[in-house]
Amino acid sequence: MLLAAPILLPLATAVICFLMRRNPLHRLVSQLSAGGLILVGVLILLTVKAAGPQAAQMGGWAAPYGITLAADTLSAVMIIITGGALLAAMTFATVEIGLETERLGFHALSHAMAGGVSGAFMTGDLFNLYVWFEVMLISSFGLLVIGGGRAQIDGAVKYVALNLVGTMAFLGGVGLLYGTVGTLNMADLGIKLQGRMSETAVLGAAGMLMFAFAAKAALFPVFFWLPASYHTPAVATSALFSALLTKVGVYSLLRVFTLVFTPGDPVIEGALFAAAGLTIALGALGAAAQQDLRRVFSFHIISQIGVMTLGLAIATPLALAGAIFYFLHHIPAMMNMFLLGGIIRRETGSETLSGIGGLYRAGPWLAVVFLIPMLSLIGVPPLSGFWAKFFMVRAGVEDGQYILAGLILAASVLTFFYLGRMFVAAFWQPHPGEATGGAVPLATYPPRALVIPVLALGAVTLTISLYAGSFYALSAEAASALLDPLSYLRAVGPDRIATGGGG
Amino acid sequence: MEPALSVVIGILVACGAYLMMSSSLIRFLFGLTVISNAINLMIFAAGRLTYGIPPLVPEGAKTVDGNVANALPQALILTAIVIGFGLLVFALSLVLRAYMTFGTADSRRIREAEPEHFGAAPAEAPGPAPVSGDR
Repeated sequence: MLLAAPILLPLATAVICFLMRRNPLHRLVSQLSAGGLILVGVLILLTVKAAGPQAAQMGGWAAPYGITLAADTLSAVMIIITGGALLAAMTFATVEIGLETERLGFHALSHAMAGGVSGAFMTGDLFNLYVWFEVMLISSFGLLVIGGGRAQIDGAVKYVALNLVGTMAFLGGVGLLYGTVGTLNMADLGIKLQGRMSETAVLGAAGMLMFAFAAKAALFPVFFWLPASYHTPAVATSALFSALLTKVGVYSLLRVFTLVFTPGDPVIEGALFAAAGLTIALGALGAAAQQDLRRVFSFHIISQIGVMTLGLAIATPLALAGAIFYFLHHIPAMMNMFLLGGIIRRETGSETLSGIGGLYRAGPWLAVVFLIPMLSLIGVPPLSGFWAKFFMVRAGVEDGQYILAGLILAASVLTFFYLGRMFVAAFWQPHPGEATGGAVPLATYPPRALVIPVLALGAVTLTISLYAGSFYALSAEAASALLDPLSYLRAVGPDRIATGGGG
Repeated sequence: MEPALSVVIGILVACGAYLMMSSSLIRFLFGLTVISNAINLMIFAAGRLTYGIPPLVPEGAKTVDGNVANALPQALILTAIVIGFGLLVFALSLVLRAYMTFGTADSRRIREAEPEHFGAAPAEAPGPAPVSGDR
């Protein structure tokens, strides 16, 4: 029951929030439920730590026939992150989202999306993963167009188009794999695919799945939906998307390409290396060329997704642990930047580098709050980003990938350039309105509901920085479970899997 | 039966891919529909086609043995059809909304979120030198 809770809780909240959408109390329900999701995640993590990976067979149908929910350290950590991101976004949304948008069901859609995300983190069945992807996708479509601004419609067209193509590839890959192996349970697939990686059908299915997850994660050739859409919706929505959507893609890559397909296949590894390297480079260069705050962040996400994928490509224990640590570092810091961008827009009335300014004089505290995630994303020690990049670069060097390790460092220099430029524009440069005697920034203090999530996410970044050792140990634990899936397989049920055939 | 079906799937995917390369959003959606049906057929074919054999487990047995029809692909396809239908309806209404908003369904002319010179700073505003845009 505990394993179904992270799915049931957001979905039930979505229903309640939809029914109560005209009642202001539904915001509180939404925030409480997001907090509850964190608690559920912590409970699962404690259970996994005490008793190893957990599995539950839905409807009493044993694996591999029924649908399995399974949780290991990685899933539990991802659930906690989902709850935290949802809580921050929903708190920010109480002020940012207008009544009309709320009455269209903003909170319900957000929770439905979180339910899909949690489902993707918890499921142990490949087809079920596809279904959760769709739940997440259709809710994110709704969130993207809710309110219906012109730019939102345009962004949504591109987002929907590429994501639907990815969906087709996912379904095709699942179908091919089922036709070849006769099962859809990920643990069972992993066992049955041992030594069959060279078969054309298996490799084809792996390619289709990789394309689908890459499209979701915004990897190199299929990333353009992200900068086309992330700057169009409400800030709380962009922040939630930045925290969850691409990460589900990377999570699926991590899960499927360790558990189902054994890491180390030269074709897959080569594709991952190429995609990761080009994603890092193009993301960083793209961010440097942008003027719009949220578009800078969008390209920055892309470049960081490349670094996480690189961890999977190298696939040593250190690299995978580094990639998971990168999740922990990146999600709160990135989300914080989006929310701060929202505060900057509110205070200065603009979202482009040339339209903002004068904030340091108006509110020095905001500059300090901005510096925490900014320096962390650049990778300045002792902040979390430094440790994340340190692990990744070290993993790259140990594996002999000097070019890619250098690429991470070069991208950090570019990050310093474009985030530093943003800091100068927002805080040190005078506001363009001051010259003409127009608007003075930060005339009103931003409401508490906007400031609290920003401070909380900053505190999370600082905590991860100060206790980097403990968080690294957690990541290493999750990574070792990925590389040695025996305990996961045992939890799902080895005897049943060994005898059960499937189609 | 499977080889014939494979050829049909190949033709459908080719047609769908051709349609999807069009800049007209309506054609893109038609292409997507054709490909999604091709993929449903692919799952069907991947489950092996049999003729006149019921998908029944003999009484007392726990697993099927020998030559029986596989019912699972059809269950998967049903799920996929339902999901695909929902997505298609959403995509169609989105394209309709885009057409009503922008007066065109040509994806090359819908550039609201990413104007031609998005990256460049406006000429009259003070700020850093214009940087080339993404196009």
